[in-house]
Amino acid sequence: MFETISAFWADYGNVLIEGTWETLIMVVLSTVLAYVIGVPLGVALIVTQPQGIRPHKGLYGVLGWIVNIGRSLPFAILLVAIMPYTRFLVGTAIGVRGAIPPLVISAAPFVARMVETSLSEVDAGVVEAAQSMGASPLQIVRKVYLPEAMPSLVLGGAISVVTILAYTAIAGMVGAGGLGSIAIQYGHNRGITSLMWVTVVFLIIFVQIVQWVFNWWSKRIDKRLK
Amino acid sequence: MSEPIIQIQNLSKVFGSGETAVHALDQIDLEIQPGEIFGIIGLSGAGKSTLVRCMNLLERPTSGTIVVNGQHLAWVEEDGRQSFISERELRQVRRNITMIFQGFNLLMQRTCLKNVCFPMELCGVPAAEARKRAEELLDLVGLKEKAGAYPAQLSGGQKQRVAIARALATNPKVLLCDEATSALDPTTTTSILELLKDLNHKLGVTVVVITHQMSVIEEICTRVAILDGGVIAEQGAVEEIFSHPTTDAARRLVYPGGVSVQQYPAGTHAVRVAFNGGTAYQPLIASLAIDCGVKVNILGADTRNIDGKAFGTMLLGLPDDPNDAARALSYIRSQPNVTAEEVEYHV
Repeated sequence: MFETISAFWADYGNVLIEGTWETLIMVVLSTVLAYVIGVPLGVALIVTQPQGIRPHKGLYGVLGWIVNIGRSLPFAILLVAIMPYTRFLVGTAIGVRGAIPPLVISAAPFVARMVETSLSEVDAGVVEAAQSMGASPLQIVRKVYLPEAMPSLVLGGAISVVTILAYTAIAGMVGAGGLGSIAIQYGHNRGITSLMWVTVVFLIIFVQIVQWVFNWWSKRIDKRLK
Repeated sequence: MSEPIIQIQNLSKVFGSGETAVHALDQIDLEIQPGEIFGIIGLSGAGKSTLVRCMNLLERPTSGTIVVNGQHLAWVEEDGRQSFISERELRQVRRNITMIFQGFNLLMQRTCLKNVCFPMELCGVPAAEARKRAEELLDLVGLKEKAGAYPAQLSGGQKQRVAIARALATNPKVLLCDEATSALDPTTTTSILELLKDLNHKLGVTVVVITHQMSVIEEICTRVAILDGGVIAEQGAVEEIFSHPTTDAARRLVYPGGVSVQQYPAGTHAVRVAFNGGTAYQPLIASLAIDCGVKVNILGADTRNIDGKAFGTMLLGLPDDPNDAARALSYIRSQPNVTAEEVEYHV
């Protein structure tokens, strides 16, 4: 048993370490960038909605439309469709670098909806109280919406990370690298099923850790539970 | 009389349009004087919440004039267009006219101290100074030791105290209370009302109280407006409205489940006695028995003590003997601040 494992590790250890590392980079970078775009989008949706603190029918309509288009394109298709732009943006359409732009473009609208949902859970009365004290819309976003929704935003973060992880596996099919690409190249194309199952186990562990950490983080910061 | 701190003229608010339009407020005129505790009472849907929310423009009226502390928030132009103060100016005005709510509306992720600091953060008060003032305010509302606690750890009454401290942070001229005690039990309600009264005395802040409970008005208000179906049915000194309610809306509120004579047997000689603010502890019934030797039967009573004065009505069954009955009636009528009328019976 031990010999089998050590032989397996000797053969594929480096591949797995490299793949895990690539997956981590893709997930972390894409999540951060998707939030950089998605948070302002989600905030804009909440602020401009009809009952929002600065209603704007036109802007709300356009933003909602953009987000819906982004959400309705399957990742696998978006990935291939925007390849020329990806090349223009980062110089290549393959590897970890080439995977980042489609991952971000696909995840940002998803993140925007997650953020919108979290912010809409903030008690309207609290927002109104802030208004009654003379808070500007920007102050309400910074001092009421975001801090009050933080525990929910963190829980949404776990969902976003896991979704982006799933996307990286799809990106792996077209040579993005990472654990997904190992499963396909070695597991499927070369018939090394043991390696495929190991990547599956790695992915399961990864998701478990992400969920556990984000749950713990959300509980820790939520002052409503104390 | 000094310049009113809140002046409302011809204020109307219509929700929706066309056939489904709801006239929440219809041509309201109202003046609130500086330093008073003014009550606005009405049943659910009377428009009282809409009215108070117009005072800080959380709700924009369809038409009318609102002047707070000498500043026009809403007015009608000469050509009939409705105009409002700019957003920027409104934010300044709102530091002078703050609000507390039925649901407290505290920031749940902030400590009590940080909640009280919040309005000061909004207008750029340096953090150390804000903190110091917040501590003083928490002390003022009796929650000094809860500075570091989160709202989830407090009772309803304590939450409202924090909300009051927060509302006072910017030294407002007016404190609007939108059903501020409706979510609280009677004992807590009394303590919050005492606090408001105390703050009114100490700081001179004008308090506007919106409520559906007559007892709240009795406990702290000097003047009251009764709102019914979007119009002001009656307004005036609490004592006056309470002793001589002239409209149905006022009677419904003043005599909740009032003294009804229908439930007593036909032939009972009865007199309806109204107490209009004599000393609360004047023992009318006992002195009637001692001074005239007439024993009367209390058929129903709904009396209240407002600032040590008795208000309300009592229905007394008189003795069958006409002489005794007449003596009792003239005795009652001779008392100060008491009026009496014989009641007709229809069973």
